[in-house]
Amino acid sequence: MFITRRVEFSAAHVCRRPELSEEENRAIYGEAASPHGHGHNWVVEVTLEGEPDPVTGMVFDLKALKQILWREVVEPLDHRFLNYEVPPFDEVVPTAENLAREIWRRVAPHVSGPGRRLYAVRVYETEDFYVDCRGEAT
Amino acid sequence: MRVSRRYRFCASHRLRAAALPESDNARIYGKCSNPHGHGHDYLLEVSAEGPVDCFTGRVLNLASLDVLVRRAVLETFDHRNLNLEIPEFSEAPPTSENLARLIWRRLVEDWGQVFPAGPRLARIRLEETRRNSFEIMEEE
Repeated sequence: MFITRRVEFSAAHVCRRPELSEEENRAIYGEAASPHGHGHNWVVEVTLEGEPDPVTGMVFDLKALKQILWREVVEPLDHRFLNYEVPPFDEVVPTAENLAREIWRRVAPHVSGPGRRLYAVRVYETEDFYVDCRGEAT
Repeated sequence: MRVSRRYRFCASHRLRAAALPESDNARIYGKCSNPHGHGHDYLLEVSAEGPVDCFTGRVLNLASLDVLVRRAVLETFDHRNLNLEIPEFSEAPPTSENLARLIWRRLVEDWGQVFPAGPRLARIRLEETRRNSFEIMEEE
């Protein structure tokens, strides 16, 4: 069975590689390369896969999941400028893809256990663009 | 990693199979076969799958995807009458199943030119209304 919890945070980012010219950055990242940055209301859906515990009837304690997502995602990212305030985005371009991967890295160790695992991290950058990460390496 | 982007277009249609008598069309399609047609705000979701480029941090160039979808889909279908202006629907009924298949074919035709080194076209999902959606995945 899959269970999904959603959290939201608001944060600024800019997608640029310092070694590229303005034109090259615009060609790769479009408006997202605008040098002073811009922001989004990011929506994150975290999906766990597992079997419900025969006694509690739960795949994972949602109260615990809520606390994990608050501690690992919302608290460190909400109302931040990702490039300047949230490593590794001082070096890694904070695209939605890299953000999903970072959230996977932060959340996976706290939700994996016997009979359950992190299945997917979906990050909506806007209503019309989202990414699905199914593992840190993918 | 899979990236998904949503696009919108508006089109009119009438569900009618040319091979069937009018009485059968009325019975099978109900009000969707109303002779003067009707329209929808279609929502198209296009998903691509591939590795994240470690330099750019992107699976694909979104502007290239936008150009591809605009050229292959939106310019063809937006603000059109599907029955009268799309040759594929002169005989076949423009159901969302058939429309999704046509959109998939058109995207596949252009995909390799725009993304020769990947990522793959993994899935499309077409919403006819908020209550109906139609999905095609690769290897179907």
